[in-house]
Amino acid sequence: MEFKTLLTSAAIVALSAGFASAQDDAVLTVDGEVIKTRAAAPAFTENLDTVYSGWHFRSGETQVLQMDDFENPAFVFVDQGVDLFDKVDGSEGKACASCHEDVSDFAGLRPTLPRVENGELVTMEDLVNECRTDRMGAEPWKYSGSQMTAVTALIGLQSRGMSINVAVDGDAAPFFERGKDLYYQRVGQLDMACSNCHEDNYGVMIRADHLSQGQINGFPTYRLKNAKLNSAHGRFKGCMENIRATPFKVGGDEFKALELYLAARGNGLSVETPSVRN
Amino acid sequence: MANDVKPRVKVPKSAAAGDVITIKTLISHQMESGVRKDGDGNIIPRSIINRFVADFNGQNIIDVTLEPAISTNPYFQFDAMVPEAGEFKFTWYDDDGSVYETSKKIKIA
Repeated sequence: MEFKTLLTSAAIVALSAGFASAQDDAVLTVDGEVIKTRAAAPAFTENLDTVYSGWHFRSGETQVLQMDDFENPAFVFVDQGVDLFDKVDGSEGKACASCHEDVSDFAGLRPTLPRVENGELVTMEDLVNECRTDRMGAEPWKYSGSQMTAVTALIGLQSRGMSINVAVDGDAAPFFERGKDLYYQRVGQLDMACSNCHEDNYGVMIRADHLSQGQINGFPTYRLKNAKLNSAHGRFKGCMENIRATPFKVGGDEFKALELYLAARGNGLSVETPSVRN
Repeated sequence: MANDVKPRVKVPKSAAAGDVITIKTLISHQMESGVRKDGDGNIIPRSIINRFVADFNGQNIIDVTLEPAISTNPYFQFDAMVPEAGEFKFTWYDDDGSVYETSKKIKIA
């Protein structure tokens, strides 16, 4: 019976998480489909051999929540995204669904974002808001607001299981370099860079929690601590506040460059959107 | 009635007679406490789900009293024995008088 196998696997996951000090050996499946949560590190990440999804660093109970779409609390918000996708808004009398009839046409979009268009780095949030202002005649949504994360989760979900494949060369190269500089730049009163935690010390406890590699393949992610979907930029902001730095602007150039660099560090992992973390 | 209330239920489509199946239910609900105020300083009326009931072919299976400390989007998982084909009916009762209902049929295979 499905319930019993789920319980058994939950027990195994919990057991292995108990022994492992860092990333565990569990395998993430969602409704039978295997999600790739570990991959050989891209060539430019000199200090890592393998990249791990943040899923491996969570406790067994949290991991199991992501293995069944009914139990995954993020799907409450994905459902809100479905409603928002069909909701007419703005002066043109259009909804997202007026042009994009089938949301599953977005399969394959999430793994390629952020990307460079006409010399500018664009994220999924930018694309959604561009549609809202230019084609729907509606007010743009707040970059990390609940409506935005609901819709980006819905669109990202269409690509779940596909490998992240963000371009880092050509037009994207200057943004990639900027993101890399930001990643290794020490900031704030604690004088720490992203790399100090997520590259030098991943798998180590930080207070009551395991540090992950800071992969963003599961965003927007449902966090148990605030019971809602969280955008990648919202998470960056939280990290910067934790090291007593003044956060960059959510949706600003710095965070977008950092998002590109972090997404590229996860090249080869599967899209997990919407993931569950603590 | 509270906004964006949507009941979700997961019941197997079929089972053997006498099988014990697992039922999962989740209702998206704000669980408004009644002490919060809106932007104008007016109290937002209390709206908390206080009772959850599941029936099978008219016979009660589970009847839950929910106390106010229960979180938003309450989730229940329970087992039920299926003696025959029929319909599960799920009902949630809100403090503000709203009743949310959904049902699922099950076949005997």
